[in-house]
Amino acid sequence: MAGTGPHVSSGTLKNSFDRRSFVLGAMQGGVGLLLAARMGWIAVFQNAKYELEAESNRVNLTLVPPRRGWILDRNGAPLASNKTDFRVDIIPDRLVDPERSINLLGGLLNLSAIEVQDLKDKIEKARGFQPVEAAAGLDWDRFAAVSVRLPDLPGVIAQRGFSRFYPTGPAVGHLIGYVGPASAKDYEEERNPLLVTPGFKIGKDGLEKTFEKELRGEPGARRVEVTAGGKIVRDLDSRDDVPGKPVQLTIDGPLQDYAARRLGLESGSVVVMDCQTGDILCAASMPSFDPNRFANGIGRIEWKMLSDDDHVPLRNKVLRGLYPPGSTVKPMVALAFLEAGLDPEETVGCGGGLRVGNRVFHCWNRRGHGTVNMAKAIYQSCDVYFYHFAQRIGMEKIAVMAKRLGLGESYPLPVPGQSYGTVPDPAWKLKKYGKEWAVFDTVNATIGQGYMLVNPLQQAVMAARIASGNVLMPRLIHGQKPPLVTSLGFSQEHLDFVHKAMSDVVNGPGTAGRAKLPIPDVLMAGKTGTAQVVGLNISSGKGGQWKYRDHGHFISFAPFDKPRYACAVVIEHGGGSGAAYPVARDVMTFLFDPAKAMEVLSGMEAGWGGTPQQRMEAKYRVAAAQYGVGAPKVSDQDQQSATGAQNQPSEAPPQPIASAAASPPPEPVAEASTAASPVPQPAPSPSAMPLQGPTP
Amino acid sequence: MSGSIVPESIARQPWRVLVPLTALVLFGAAVLYSAASGNLRPWAITHVVRYGVFLAAALIIARLPREWFKWAAYPAYAGILFLLVLVELMGAIGGGSQRWLNLGFMTLQPSELMKPAIVLVLARFFDSLPPGLTVSWRGLVPGVGLIAIPAGLVMIQPDLGTALAITFGGVVVIYLAGLPLRWFIGAGAAAAVAVPLAFFFLLHDYQRNRVLTFLDPESDPLGTGYHITQSKIAIGSGGFFGKGFGNGSQSHLEYLPEAHTDFVFATMAEEWGMLGGLFVLLVFGLILRWGFQVARNSPDRFSQLLATGMTTTIFFYIAINLMMVMGLAPVVGIPLPFVSHGGSSMMTNMICIGTIMAVERWRTRGGLSG
Repeated sequence: MAGTGPHVSSGTLKNSFDRRSFVLGAMQGGVGLLLAARMGWIAVFQNAKYELEAESNRVNLTLVPPRRGWILDRNGAPLASNKTDFRVDIIPDRLVDPERSINLLGGLLNLSAIEVQDLKDKIEKARGFQPVEAAAGLDWDRFAAVSVRLPDLPGVIAQRGFSRFYPTGPAVGHLIGYVGPASAKDYEEERNPLLVTPGFKIGKDGLEKTFEKELRGEPGARRVEVTAGGKIVRDLDSRDDVPGKPVQLTIDGPLQDYAARRLGLESGSVVVMDCQTGDILCAASMPSFDPNRFANGIGRIEWKMLSDDDHVPLRNKVLRGLYPPGSTVKPMVALAFLEAGLDPEETVGCGGGLRVGNRVFHCWNRRGHGTVNMAKAIYQSCDVYFYHFAQRIGMEKIAVMAKRLGLGESYPLPVPGQSYGTVPDPAWKLKKYGKEWAVFDTVNATIGQGYMLVNPLQQAVMAARIASGNVLMPRLIHGQKPPLVTSLGFSQEHLDFVHKAMSDVVNGPGTAGRAKLPIPDVLMAGKTGTAQVVGLNISSGKGGQWKYRDHGHFISFAPFDKPRYACAVVIEHGGGSGAAYPVARDVMTFLFDPAKAMEVLSGMEAGWGGTPQQRMEAKYRVAAAQYGVGAPKVSDQDQQSATGAQNQPSEAPPQPIASAAASPPPEPVAEASTAASPVPQPAPSPSAMPLQGPTP
Repeated sequence: MSGSIVPESIARQPWRVLVPLTALVLFGAAVLYSAASGNLRPWAITHVVRYGVFLAAALIIARLPREWFKWAAYPAYAGILFLLVLVELMGAIGGGSQRWLNLGFMTLQPSELMKPAIVLVLARFFDSLPPGLTVSWRGLVPGVGLIAIPAGLVMIQPDLGTALAITFGGVVVIYLAGLPLRWFIGAGAAAAVAVPLAFFFLLHDYQRNRVLTFLDPESDPLGTGYHITQSKIAIGSGGFFGKGFGNGSQSHLEYLPEAHTDFVFATMAEEWGMLGGLFVLLVFGLILRWGFQVARNSPDRFSQLLATGMTTTIFFYIAINLMMVMGLAPVVGIPLPFVSHGGSSMMTNMICIGTIMAVERWRTRGGLSG
């Protein structure tokens, strides 16, 4: 090529230029061919691949969250439904300037400082494309205000959708649970794009969680053309969603609401069962949370309010509350005596206590009941009678009877968990504590104290089984074929005897005279129970600090001669059974004459500051004013198991080994009283009663 | 071209290049019109107007005599070098890098002017160099120095694409000037060693990323690989006949970045398909062939070197841009001549065209000087 020879002239340079420019031209032509070939490869041979990629760029398949199946009561009225609403969601990963966007959004949506803080918490916690709800249930004006600003707010989605609506709010909170956005954990378990679709909610607790599969339905889809920035240009086509299936419960909606409201300011629960089928008509636990407010995540104030409340509004007391049942076990024990062949007319003299060996076990009535037979022992709730004959019959038979009647049992119900408590017997104690069964254990157990722990549902089942004599299983789902109800095999004579004695508790000379139904021809039978929470050396159980007061129990059924409904009421720290039976009376009244019962309730609610929803709102306002944005953050785990945290133990919590007989707390109303005041009056305080120990 | 009806002043215009060039610019304007969702603003109108202005400038350049070019070569080179230094100083004072000077009525990017200027100054240098010295160090060292100084200044701006364009234009002129081939082979070998070193020690992070991404665009589809991936999707989805004018989803829905500047070819190819691509390549082929023919037909060394160098400068723009949009080269921010929207690129390329036209005119008009 270009010579390196000694002589270079302009001629050689000209030749060199010609050659080299030719090479350069050829090279450029080669590059041109290469480019044409490359283009042919991309545009023609790989056309299908790139067409697909362009299409997947252009077209965005948006899932439309399916309408959730309704949850219905036994009559088909909705306990949980959906309502259309305008909502705004945020996809945190798509936010360009989160701080600015959220503040702008807060202004447009008119959010308070607290709500903005809650929103920031949620965004901070969200991972990946997990959408965060900024607001739901918006009115048109606010929705429109956000919609027109969407171009300035990348990552913000404003759409029309459905949100879950619980017409009776807190009344069904524990029973039905609530829905919420899927958590990162949910998404890890079920890699379904629907879970990260804005506006989609899954069941977080209660029946909403259990029946998630049925309720969810099939998402619809919408194909839209989107820009690279996620802006929707136009709709291409869409497919309708398939709504979830409804779930019909055995619950009687109005009754559930009534019972929840009737619990008022107390912490307690009401369970009503159908004595023929075992249908659970009502399972109210109060105070509760409003599942409507949980749907978009739990705010700081809300969380603080709920977790600080000593009435544990996050615990479903119907299934998770374990209590010593107190004297409500006495009809059961009596039935065990009868089945064991005890003559009901056999008597014992009650002088206020019973000496066994060198120890004295006291009756709740220190003055004594005089001569007591079985009927009187039930309606007057005489402890001495049961101390005496329980020793003769033995704990094993009593424990067997308790289990036959459903205590200590976990029922096959579609609920996230039950605490089934303890029915103690000698074998159990030996296994658990390695100690022999002692006399005082029997004494404690026969009056529903000591190791014995039950939940309110079990108490209702016990009442229903005593009432019907049948093996009734509680049912929550309506429309299944009627259960095959088998008899427990008790003699009708024994049942009649116990029924009569329980009727006398209310309608005769018993401990709950004020529980008499205000309905002609319908007599309610029942049994009071007062369960001690702490020893009498700490508190009398009647007044003083709330958390030391006795639990009040009442089990009942009506009509007593032809049992239709069974009901169990537990009032935590109510100060005794006097707090429980007025509730049972009014709930039972509602079943026979709703108008009359409502009248009583409205009078009471006026004094309590409105319905539970109204009271919760007032409380929230106070808390919001008090804490402002200073409330602590809700941790991820808290949020995950808002109720679960309060509901963890499904077995009885560890109890101290009993070393003595518990002292039976007094029944508040010893005589059939005619006073009709719904607020229980504590009976004359038997403050002289010390916690019993061995007496020398 | 010269008919009796057509006036001579019109007939002697270089129609061989003006016709394809104007066609290409108008086609580019159509693509820009579509890229703006069917609007003449903001791109299509200014594109055509700029072409008009710079075409007028090119026709004026074409009338300048050879002596003027020779006379202006060194002062122009020195002046632009001064501007490059000025830009560098202003950037150092103002903080951060700066590539342009604000002249009030327009922003001037001196590195753009350097592309034709390097060709001009080298053509002048080798023209005046006695042939015997061409193969000696006295030919090589000044030539390399003339390239290295502006290329270095542009490189530290940092503007890798333009620095490469300057280097390429300069090296091609040196090559054509007849310097011994072994020097080029030696330089190539040195580059083979130096490039990896430069890659790891000299390039900025973003430049390094672009190179890495070019080697494997799918490794980072949402980051720096995004450009190449989306560009290939646009070209590939166009197929042979394209999606039709105004139907390009990649550009209209903003998936394609820089759809009206660096990636305008992808915008075009999506709507016009391979057919449009072949048209663009053909027009470029015609323009470049014209440039080469002008050079080969030139009687003197200065004209030859100048015309070939200018042609090659245009070629470099085209080749790098098209290789980039088709995924054959890293993303270096070089626009496609006459099609991409952008004043600087239009100016540089029209200066090149004007210069080639001038060379053509020197031959056809004989020894006439202005």
